[in-house]
Amino acid sequence: MHAIYCIAQKELKDGLRNRWIIAITLIFALLSIGISWFGAVASGVVGFTSIPNTIVSLASLAVFIIPLISLLLSYDAIVGEDEDGTLLLLLTYPISRMQLLLGKLLGHTLILGIATLAGFGMAALTIVLFAEGVDPVKLSIAFMRFILSAIMLGGVFICIAYLISVLVSEKSKAAGLALISWFLFVLVFDFSLLGLLVATKGQLSPEFFPYLLLLNPSDIFRLINLIGFEGSGAGLLVMADEIEFSMTTLFLMLFAWLLFPLLSALWVFKRRTV
Amino acid sequence: MTVVKLDDVSHDFAGVAAVNNLTLSIDEGEVLGLFGHNGAGKTTTMKLILGLLRPCHGSVSVFGRSPSDSNFSHCRYQLGFLPENVSFYQQLSGREVLSYFARLKKVNKSRVIQLLDEVGLAEAAGRKVKTYSKGMKQRLALAQALLTAPRLLLLDEPTVGLDPIATQNFYAMVDTLRQSGCSVLLCSHVLPGVEKHIDRAAILDKGRLQALGTLSELREQAELPIKINVHGDMSRDVISRRLEGRALDFKKINGRMLSINTHQDNKISVLRELLNADGVSDVEIHPPSLEEMYRYFMTGGGKTKSAASINKNAHKQGEK
Repeated sequence: MHAIYCIAQKELKDGLRNRWIIAITLIFALLSIGISWFGAVASGVVGFTSIPNTIVSLASLAVFIIPLISLLLSYDAIVGEDEDGTLLLLLTYPISRMQLLLGKLLGHTLILGIATLAGFGMAALTIVLFAEGVDPVKLSIAFMRFILSAIMLGGVFICIAYLISVLVSEKSKAAGLALISWFLFVLVFDFSLLGLLVATKGQLSPEFFPYLLLLNPSDIFRLINLIGFEGSGAGLLVMADEIEFSMTTLFLMLFAWLLFPLLSALWVFKRRTV
Repeated sequence: MTVVKLDDVSHDFAGVAAVNNLTLSIDEGEVLGLFGHNGAGKTTTMKLILGLLRPCHGSVSVFGRSPSDSNFSHCRYQLGFLPENVSFYQQLSGREVLSYFARLKKVNKSRVIQLLDEVGLAEAAGRKVKTYSKGMKQRLALAQALLTAPRLLLLDEPTVGLDPIATQNFYAMVDTLRQSGCSVLLCSHVLPGVEKHIDRAAILDKGRLQALGTLSELREQAELPIKINVHGDMSRDVISRRLEGRALDFKKINGRMLSINTHQDNKISVLRELLNADGVSDVEIHPPSLEEMYRYFMTGGGKTKSAASINKNAHKQGEK
C-alpha cells in the first residue's frame, strides 16, 4: 500500500505541477457552464432549460473529450518511464509491477476525478445559484451520476492507455495508438453500428442491437446519462429504448470495461523485459 | 559469506546468447570488477543479479534467494543499483527526485539531505534535473543507489561523465562502503584507476568469462612480463652480462635509463643484480597493468591456456 500511495502522490503532484489539473478543470467548467446556459440557443432560448437537456448535452460533449484527455494523460505511463531509464531503476526497488501500475492508476484517476468534480461541479453550482425553479435535489442526483460515470469513463480510457503503454517500446508509437483507439471508440464504432443497421435493413433481431452498445464504454456512458430521463434518446441510442438496462447493469458494465484493459495491461507488463 | 552467486548461468535474447555458462560469486565486503567491451554481457549480468531477467539456464542467487522471485521484494531494501543511463524526471529538482526514491525505500528526509551533501549536489538540489550536467546526474544516481546503506551495490559504468576529482571521491566512497561490509559489483570499460579499488576482476567477452581472479592471480595466469626501469650512470654491457638469461627484453631508452622486461619468477634475482650493479641510482618496477591484462585476455591469450584454470577458479569460488 505504501508504494502505491507514494507513486500516486507523485503522479498527483506532477498533475499539479504541469498544470494538467487546472487546465482540465477550466476546460470542463467553461464548456459545461456554456452548455447549460447556451445549449438551447439553436431553439431561440438563452439560459437554463431543463435538467435532462443539460445532462444530455453535457454527456454528448464529455463522451468526446473525456476519453481524449484520459488517453493523453496516461499514454506514456510506462513507456515514458522506460525511455527515461527510471523504469529499470524503479523495478529494482521494493515495489512490484502491479503496485507501480495501480499507483499510476490511482494518481491519474485522482487527477481526472478532481478536475471532473471541480469543473462540472462548478456548472451545477452556477445552475443552482442563478437558474430559477430548479429542484436542487434532482439536479444534484443527476450531476452526481454524471460526474461518477464520467470519472469511470475516464478510468476506462486511462486503463486502455496503460495497455498501449506496456505494449510498445516508444513513446511516439504509444501516442499514435492512443489517438487511433480514441477514434475507434468514439467515432468509428457508432458509425459502423449505424452502417450495419442500415445495411441489414432491420433483418437482424432488434433485440440484439442494444447489446452491441455495451461493447463500447462511451456508449455505456451515454446510456447511463440518458436512462434517467424518459424519451430523450437520439440517434443510435433510440435502439436502447427497446431494452431496459438497469442503472446497476450499466455501471457494472463500465466497471468491467475498466478491469479488462487493466488486467490485460498487468499481464503484458509482467512479461515485458526492461 | 557469499552475497551473489551465479552458477552456470546462460541467457539469450531471441537466440543470441548474451551471457554464456557464467559462473561467479561475490563475497561479503568484496569489490568485483566486471570488465568487457560494449555488448560483452555486463549489463545482462547485472539484470540477472537484479532479478529483472530470469536466466534461461543455470541459477542466480542473491542473499541466498532467487532475485526474480516475487518474495525477493523485501531484500531489495538492501540493494543499491546505479544504472548506466538514467535521465530521471526532468521536471523535478534533484531534491525532489531523491526524495521520491527515498520514500519508495522508506528512507527519511534527513538522509536525503545528507546524501545530496555527500555527492556534492547540496547547492544544485533545488534546480530542475534537466539543467544538470551528465556528471551531476551521475552523482544523483549514485546518491539514489546509496539511500539505504546497501549490502550489495551494483554499479553500471559509474564513472562515465565524472571529472577526475569526482571520480576520486567516488572511489573513496566505494572504499568506505567496502570497509563497512558492502559487496560491490563494478561494471566498467574505463580501466585506469580501477585497480586499487577492486578485490577481484572478471573479464567478459561475448558473454563468456575470459578470466576471473585477484589481480595477482590474473598476472600469474597471463604471465605477462614485468617492466623494470633502471636509472643512473651504468654500463649497458655490464648490466646485460649480469642479467644473462633472465631478461626477456633489454632496451636502452637514453644515456641514463634502461628498460628491462622480465618474468615474475626472475623479478627478485634481477632486482638483486641491479641493486648490486655500479652506478644504478633508481629502479622503478611496473607490474603488468589491468589494461595490459585486459588486452591479453581479450585477444584470446587466455582462451586456450587458461580455460582450465578459469574453471578451477570458478569452482574454488563456488566452494567458498
